[in-house]
Amino acid sequence: MTGQAVEPEIGRARLRKEDARLITGQTNWTDNIQVAGLLHLAILRSPMAHARVTRVDVSPALERPGVFAAFSGADLAEGLGSLPCAWPVTEDIVLPEHPPIAVDEVRYAGDPVAVVAARDRYAAADALEAIEVDYEPLPPVLDLEAALADGAPLVHADKGTNRCYTWPLATGESFEAVRERAEVTLRRRYHQQRLIPNAMEPRAVVVTPLAASGEYTVYSATQIPHILRIMLSAVTGVPEHKLRVIAPDVGGGFGSKLQVYGEEALALAVARRLGRPVKWTESRSEGYLATHHGRGMIQDVEIAATREGRLLGLKVDLTADMGAYLMLVTPGIPILGAFMYPAIYKMDSYAFTCTGVFTTRTPTDAYRGAGRPEATFAIERIMDDLAHELGLDPIELRRRNWIRHEEFPYTTIAGLTYDTGDYESATDKALALFGYDDLRAEQRGRAERGDTVRLGIGVSTFTEMCGLAPSRVLRDLRYGAGGWEAASIRMLPTGTVEVVTGTSPHGQGHVTCWSQIAADVLGVPFEDVEVVHGDTKAAPQGMDTYGSRSLTVGGEAVHRAAVKVVDKARKVAAHLLEASEQDLEFQAGVFSVRGSPEARKTIQEIALETFMAHNLPDGVEPTINAESLVDPENFSYPHGTHLCAVEVDTETGKTEIRKYVCVDDVGHVVNPMIVEGQVHGGLAQGIAQALYEEAVYDDEGNLVSGTMADYLVPSAADLPEFVTDRTETPAASNSMGVKGVGEAGTIASTPAVVNAVVDALRPLGVDDVRMPCAPHRVWQAVRAARSGRAAEPAGTGPAQSGQSGQAAQGGDIGQYGDTGSSGDTGSSGKEGPA
Amino acid sequence: MIPPAFEYTRPGSVDEAVRALADAGEEAKVLAGGQSLLPLLRLRLAFPELVVDVGRIPELRGVREDGDTLVIGAMTTHHDVVHDPLVRRHAGLLAQATATVADPAVRHRGTLGGSLAHADPAGDLPAVALALDAALVVAGPGGRRTVPAREFFVDYLQSALAPDELLLEVRIPKRAGWGFHYEKFHAVAQSWAIVAVAALVRRDDGHIAEARVALTNMGPTPLRATAAEEALTGADGPGAVARAAEAAAEGTRPSQDLSASPEYREHLARVLTRRAVLTATGTG
Amino acid sequence: MTHITVKVDGTTYEDDVEPRLLLVHYLRDRLGLTGTPIGCDTSNCGACTVELDGASAKSCSVLAVQADGCEVTTVQGLAKDGEWTRLQRAFHERHALQCGYCTPGMLMAARDLLRENPHPGAEEVRHALEGNLCRCTGYQNIVHAVLAAAGQQVAEEATA
Repeated sequence: MTGQAVEPEIGRARLRKEDARLITGQTNWTDNIQVAGLLHLAILRSPMAHARVTRVDVSPALERPGVFAAFSGADLAEGLGSLPCAWPVTEDIVLPEHPPIAVDEVRYAGDPVAVVAARDRYAAADALEAIEVDYEPLPPVLDLEAALADGAPLVHADKGTNRCYTWPLATGESFEAVRERAEVTLRRRYHQQRLIPNAMEPRAVVVTPLAASGEYTVYSATQIPHILRIMLSAVTGVPEHKLRVIAPDVGGGFGSKLQVYGEEALALAVARRLGRPVKWTESRSEGYLATHHGRGMIQDVEIAATREGRLLGLKVDLTADMGAYLMLVTPGIPILGAFMYPAIYKMDSYAFTCTGVFTTRTPTDAYRGAGRPEATFAIERIMDDLAHELGLDPIELRRRNWIRHEEFPYTTIAGLTYDTGDYESATDKALALFGYDDLRAEQRGRAERGDTVRLGIGVSTFTEMCGLAPSRVLRDLRYGAGGWEAASIRMLPTGTVEVVTGTSPHGQGHVTCWSQIAADVLGVPFEDVEVVHGDTKAAPQGMDTYGSRSLTVGGEAVHRAAVKVVDKARKVAAHLLEASEQDLEFQAGVFSVRGSPEARKTIQEIALETFMAHNLPDGVEPTINAESLVDPENFSYPHGTHLCAVEVDTETGKTEIRKYVCVDDVGHVVNPMIVEGQVHGGLAQGIAQALYEEAVYDDEGNLVSGTMADYLVPSAADLPEFVTDRTETPAASNSMGVKGVGEAGTIASTPAVVNAVVDALRPLGVDDVRMPCAPHRVWQAVRAARSGRAAEPAGTGPAQSGQSGQAAQGGDIGQYGDTGSSGDTGSSGKEGPA
Repeated sequence: MIPPAFEYTRPGSVDEAVRALADAGEEAKVLAGGQSLLPLLRLRLAFPELVVDVGRIPELRGVREDGDTLVIGAMTTHHDVVHDPLVRRHAGLLAQATATVADPAVRHRGTLGGSLAHADPAGDLPAVALALDAALVVAGPGGRRTVPAREFFVDYLQSALAPDELLLEVRIPKRAGWGFHYEKFHAVAQSWAIVAVAALVRRDDGHIAEARVALTNMGPTPLRATAAEEALTGADGPGAVARAAEAAAEGTRPSQDLSASPEYREHLARVLTRRAVLTATGTG
Repeated sequence: MTHITVKVDGTTYEDDVEPRLLLVHYLRDRLGLTGTPIGCDTSNCGACTVELDGASAKSCSVLAVQADGCEVTTVQGLAKDGEWTRLQRAFHERHALQCGYCTPGMLMAARDLLRENPHPGAEEVRHALEGNLCRCTGYQNIVHAVLAAAGQQVAEEATA
């Protein structure tokens, strides 16, 4: 075999290796797994947000046909520890106990209270109805600000407070000083509604025990098999070396499967107790209660500037809904945003605090972007408001403040050092694609005509810190682990290649992209590379997939491991070709001796020769396999400019996206097709937050938007065609110059859309609409403005449908005045009676 | 996701079906296309002891003419209604509104009769039946009777069907020369109408001679906007239609939910009535 | 228990089933045809869409007993002798899937559309797919794939 002259793999829109199975149904979702003797688990959950559990009687369930066992929380308490929180962000953080199944108190609607094991899922579901539980109601805790008041009812009575932590950051001049000298200051309150991640595959877990040797294999729909293994060992006491965790095909995550869930621990505990394999699969509605939520914050933001529009300082006071318990990285999510509020702008002062608050709601944790979309939303919304205040075009205001491309590397006021970036180029390209001036002209025309359908244009720039990584920085943030990633490459004797990665893909296309990277460095055909992942036995080292980290850290590890393979192979090649290493060239997979091109060996030949080990240089071990653990010294900082034009029907309040353009800079690109797909999906989720989605609780703490018929995930018919493009400013922190892309679209799109909606309505006197900008809210905002009624204090827009931070008392949950009645039309399923 | 257990029977004729329902009393549920019943069962919001599957009774399916009347079998699927040439010719409003029900897969299974019998005021077809002055033919142990649409929808999810009665067919007077439009407003494409308006308009000499306006999701049952209908009679031009539409919410009792307040629904009823009628005047 | 006979992907099965058994559970748990996944419990997501007697249906919204005597095609029955359908090829070539969980339902819904309307426009495709949710792709490449499979011009956006 000889090396082929091939076009570089990196940068090529390779079709995905993953697809063949997925489009033919040859999938291995966790719920597909069948093993002999499998028992199905069903979990009884609290119908109340907060209550003392005074009695759980599972014995009637045991009478039901097909039921093998049933357990209360007390039955399982022994040998089942607290679920972990790996990110205690402050020294004095309040860390409550979090039993995987409640024993004496439930703290959110959906908290597990009993579990049944039965021979099939139907029998298990039936048996749940037989279990008897007595609850003694306790007051729900729902309003973030009221929860902090003296004498407020407590989520965790033993802790004496609902305040989880307060995390401050103040840099540069004091904010008071810049406020003093500022010519303009604006204060705003923004609300980040709670969101439900909605990965299309519901969560599931299967545990198969080998009772005799105390070994367990856990299959889980997880993003983090490696972290899960460590944590499950800690929670259940099963020694780590006796646990194998496999993430089979995983159908999306978006942060919701970056978790160590109670059900995973429960399944392991029951399998251990019964010595039988067990499976648990959530239904979608169950998942709405049991799978963590995202966002859920109140943002009090103040910005200080000169009359010419130069930013002087920014002050952010964040109140963040933790929900009932601290899960894996719950407290850290808002802190991931803490450094991003100053965004791409230069200023003299930055003051930030975040207060985490316990409520009796489903815990929050990472959801696509995790802290950074919230930060970007706040700064980009207030930049638009400031531009309006100053009479400047919103893009011009941004230009006057952003870091210019020649200023990189640039250490921001928040203390991050942005390695590279070119905000000017991305913005110019976006403006050209958008037709900004024409749309502005049309907007003016509509306003002058008094058209009932108004045009609005929204701008958002963004950057983010992603590629979660630098372990030393994570230490400083009190994160409970490092941020390295592992890869190893096995050169098989027949010439094919196995790449073993510690990342754990669930839709991102790592198998394809890692193959491209390895193929490029090794000079072997793309088809000859296989990627092994998602199994702690086969890929024992890893930190898994989240936070747009996989390529910048895990892909980089593949790259470096491949370079090491070539270096090792070079030694063998030099020996076999009887040349010095310095005289060898390596190109397209072939070592040749400079000046005598007929003397050549392919890297695959070297692999075979190494395997044979008949003729290796002295002292060289018979392997050219290599591994690499990469721990970058900096985050990566993708950026971009997003422009959105909306048409708002001021009569009905309905918003339609007319045009969406984004130009993202994610550095060099391994596979442009996959990058574009990531951007599309991110945009859809960000737009969904802006216009459609909200986890709504009533004043009892019940999740009202409790099914997919009530929580409005947009379909193809609700979203526009996007225009996406890129600029490429390579990252300086890794050898491929790549930055993360998984979260980019989500981060910038939400403020772009809301800015557009507000821009459309400003001539009518509206200066904010609270998310989601659903028709009824837009209509209310317009009506309030027309009747001269001031919006809420600090310009918060119309009344809401009760989410975090809202005064969720007095029946204002999706209600507007008098108390509600019938018409819960959504809860019986989707539209379409018959 | 797991329905509760129930007994099941699949009668081959109307008589058998009625007998099965009569024998089971209150605890039986008719299974038509299943697109409303199965979601209720999956979420365990319904616990029937017996499910009577009328999906294999041939006479319940199909569209025919009976003089000036269009007759649609209760088990005719939404998909078939949308594509049926007779429906399109004589009851265009029904075809248009049915095309907005749910999504294609649901329309393949869901049926006109099932939709009406479910009597969901947020469903699209009850209001359309009301606007079209449909008559519903029902079979019970005592024989057959015909119920006008205006008497069929009794309350929220409650029709005039007795537990032992089966909806057989829907009779719609043909309406030549009437313009029509179904104006549906929803938050996302596959969610229920927040409000929708079914409008039928007969014009005469440039003005509106007669109008029928029915409202979806403006109360516990579908409603006729009678005040608006009266005000529309004789209306001439967009301004007059707009003024008449201001009466569209009179007598309604809209609910509140995640998508809307009663007040907002009333506002939408007025806006959508204006739009529906104006569009309908262009389609006659 | 009710006795049913169902032909699935070309094979005829006879079984005694509880009347309440959902078709999708019959396919997955009884027949082991796990290519058809479940994504919700309210008929919204469409992941479980199959073809039932030639028309798309959400297999969570059909009882197995209702499928008695019927013919079912699942995503596993699309390719013939290893040869993918035009839609399957287009989904691959247009990067119309990421995690792939919605893909079986999307393929079945798109197949249904093209049977009725072989030359749809982009808006028609979007509406035909409104009963199928995807959380990864933002739908754009799915729409393009369906248009490509139909031989329609796909609007190529400016992409570097």
